[in-house]
Amino acid sequence: MSRSDPPLWRFHGGLKLSGHKSESTGLPVTEPPLPQRLILPLQQHIGRPAEPCVSVGTRVLKGQLLAAADGYISASLHAPTSGLVESIEMRPIPHPSGLSAPSVVLRSDGEDQWIDGLTDQDSAPLDAIALRHRVRAAGIVGLGGAAFPAAVKLNPGPQRILEQLILNGAECEPYISCDDMLMRERAADILSGAGLLCRALGVARCLIGIEDNKPEALAALEAALAASPNPGVEVRRVPTIYPTGGEKQLIRVLTGKEVPAHGIPAEIGIVCHNVGTALAVHEAMTLGRPLISRYITVTGQGVATPRNLEVRFGTPVSELVAACGGYTERADRLIIGGPMMGFALATDEVPVVKGSNCILVASNQELPQPGPVMPCIRCGACTEVCPAGLLPQQLYWYARARDFDKVQDYSVFDCIECGCCATVCPSRIPLVQYYRYAKTAIWAQEREKEKADLARQRHQFRLERQDREKNERAARMSKKRAALEVSDTGSDSKKAAIEAALARARAKKAGVRSDASSTAAPESARIPETADDRARTEKP
Amino acid sequence: MRFKTASTPHLSSPDTVSILMRRVLWALIPGTAVLTAFFGIGVLSNLVLAITLCLTFESASLALRHRPLRPFLSDYSVVVTAWLLAVALPPLSPWWLIAVAAGFAVVVAKHLYGGLGYNPFNPAMVGYVVVLIAYPAELTSWVAPLGLNGPPPTMEALASVLGGGAAEWDGATAATVLDLVRTETGRGRMLSEITMLPVFGWFGGRGWEWANLAFLAGGLWLLQRGVIQWQIPAGMLASLCLLSGVFWMVDPEGFATPLFHVIGGATLLGAFFIATDPVSAATTPRGRILYGMGIGILTYVIRAWGGYPDGVAFAVLLMNAVAPTLDYYTQPRVFGHGER
Repeated sequence: MSRSDPPLWRFHGGLKLSGHKSESTGLPVTEPPLPQRLILPLQQHIGRPAEPCVSVGTRVLKGQLLAAADGYISASLHAPTSGLVESIEMRPIPHPSGLSAPSVVLRSDGEDQWIDGLTDQDSAPLDAIALRHRVRAAGIVGLGGAAFPAAVKLNPGPQRILEQLILNGAECEPYISCDDMLMRERAADILSGAGLLCRALGVARCLIGIEDNKPEALAALEAALAASPNPGVEVRRVPTIYPTGGEKQLIRVLTGKEVPAHGIPAEIGIVCHNVGTALAVHEAMTLGRPLISRYITVTGQGVATPRNLEVRFGTPVSELVAACGGYTERADRLIIGGPMMGFALATDEVPVVKGSNCILVASNQELPQPGPVMPCIRCGACTEVCPAGLLPQQLYWYARARDFDKVQDYSVFDCIECGCCATVCPSRIPLVQYYRYAKTAIWAQEREKEKADLARQRHQFRLERQDREKNERAARMSKKRAALEVSDTGSDSKKAAIEAALARARAKKAGVRSDASSTAAPESARIPETADDRARTEKP
Repeated sequence: MRFKTASTPHLSSPDTVSILMRRVLWALIPGTAVLTAFFGIGVLSNLVLAITLCLTFESASLALRHRPLRPFLSDYSVVVTAWLLAVALPPLSPWWLIAVAAGFAVVVAKHLYGGLGYNPFNPAMVGYVVVLIAYPAELTSWVAPLGLNGPPPTMEALASVLGGGAAEWDGATAATVLDLVRTETGRGRMLSEITMLPVFGWFGGRGWEWANLAFLAGGLWLLQRGVIQWQIPAGMLASLCLLSGVFWMVDPEGFATPLFHVIGGATLLGAFFIATDPVSAATTPRGRILYGMGIGILTYVIRAWGGYPDGVAFAVLLMNAVAPTLDYYTQPRVFGHGER
């Protein structure tokens, strides 16, 4: 269990950044005052938005389901406090676009009353499937920032053999310290969560990776491990190099293995979860509590008293800053997340969501506005620091030229948008922005192509059908004609005439029936022909 | 409350193009100072003329291209070009010679290709090679180092710089050591004999050897500050040493020592200041090693068997031409991909 013995590996590049963690770790974590109104976007995770299962005017209790997961890759949403569902409407969300999204607005009744029946779950150890279901029911998503539904990651599929769980406590971005505080204060619970995750995954081994700029967190976890020894769990101290906290980078550092490009860690027998996710799993299993709050860092020179808070989802950012003494005069930029990958917002009237880990209110001195953009001088500083081993300046060149084939040749989709390249660029080129642009443009092109293919298929199908109908009509006509000819050549003219009349009537009847069956085809089987039809069937 | 927004990342390192270029200029100072000490005021007259003319051409080009003057003049890239030209040209070069070199460097090699960042060829070397081919006589007669062939050039000599011709100035000149080695070995003289000539110093050309060591010091400082990376200088020096070492061991009287090749001529200036110009060099790590090696090999080939005494400028320009190809074939392995 010694810290320095086990071997560690390196990934290419990366940056040594000054941490700025101590600003926000001086004070213990507290809860801000209960907000009057909570705004809960239905999509706080990767996947489909949750489906509301309460209506406006319903009184809900803390922990009650507000919106249920819609589909496999989705996550449920629970009430962070008791109160009244005031409305379900479009509200601004914490997203770089500054757009609004459907949200449940919950007016708190101030009683903060838990829903009944959370703890009376059977205490017998659950099997993997039951654990997974409970994680899903608790609305747990990855709390490292990506907010991917945790239950999906607990189900690697029958064909994959998993070897180990990696808990990510690296927290490599400057300023963010919520995982640090979480590990200091809740080490035993994190270990309990790790055990549950191991059970759900059917693995015996768990590595916890923590950057060496967090000695208190390392000590806390080691002490907790000493208190309840588990031979399968190891705490590993890793060097502080941004972006070690990236999933693929941390796996590389701890195991020496590389997750295949465009693959997932389960392909090499590893599942990686954030320490905060482990805590959420512990709370869901032992206390029956769904995910309704998390640790969030509020920091930067623009905040009077930087610290960490345990925050209910849906709390407006403005109230968090108020709970930390409000803004200072130097407040210049508001960033959700860290200075490397966090996004800047123009307003603080947005709620925090499951994926929010940090509110950084930076002064102009901390994060100066970038100077004028100069041409790329191909200095190669970006290549030196790229943790994905890309050639950022070539990517930039081709992205700028809109040469999307070349951009893909140079593996733009392996870019993790960590921002190392743009940080060191002496020409101040917003490189990451160019890569996002290229990726988006390529996705748009692919969608266009799919649409065109679909339209072509439809057209083909329509031609075939018209052809078939024509042939069928021709066959019918010739049959009729043949029947008439037969009747004309009959010897007994009277009998023949009757038979001919009967045949005509039969043929007519049959014809009408077949026409009717073709027109009365069910709506769904019809092939849309007009543009309106097409548009209706394309996007449900 | 409203806040300013910007795209990620919000952090940026303090280094800018302007700061990098200024560091290159700082690193050029020791070598230039030693050159001045040995070759006199002519080095400084080159410098003043080259910087003035290059800045003039740069401003004119920017104005014609409707580009803002301030950001592009303050990036100091044109001053680096001017400085390299000034130390590459013989001291006391006449103004028109510097003007031709500066014009080709800044207007043709740089701005006609799109300005900073877009030039495929090293501008200073384009300017130098143009005058080397056009005016070989002026380019190969160097001012003799102090203490050799009479008194150092005086203010009188400076007047000739502006007056129009080196020919007007009747001062002492001497062939460079590389030139001597080439012509004298061509005549069948032994190297051990040639290197006894007074223009030779301890291990290179008199005066030049110390200036080159000072350029080496500046270059090492650039390496340490991360302005340049090790691959290009290492590749160039290694291949030059290896090649010259092989031929020297085979025929020590016909081929100069590796040490002579490294300290003599423009090797060290080229390895740390010219070949490392990022815009025209290869940019992948492995590509840079190959690029440096190519320059070393070509330099040696031109020196040993070519028609010009020194080959660094030609070698750099030739390798500039293959840099994009090198980059294409030496892409690094991407994380999570197999070997390329």
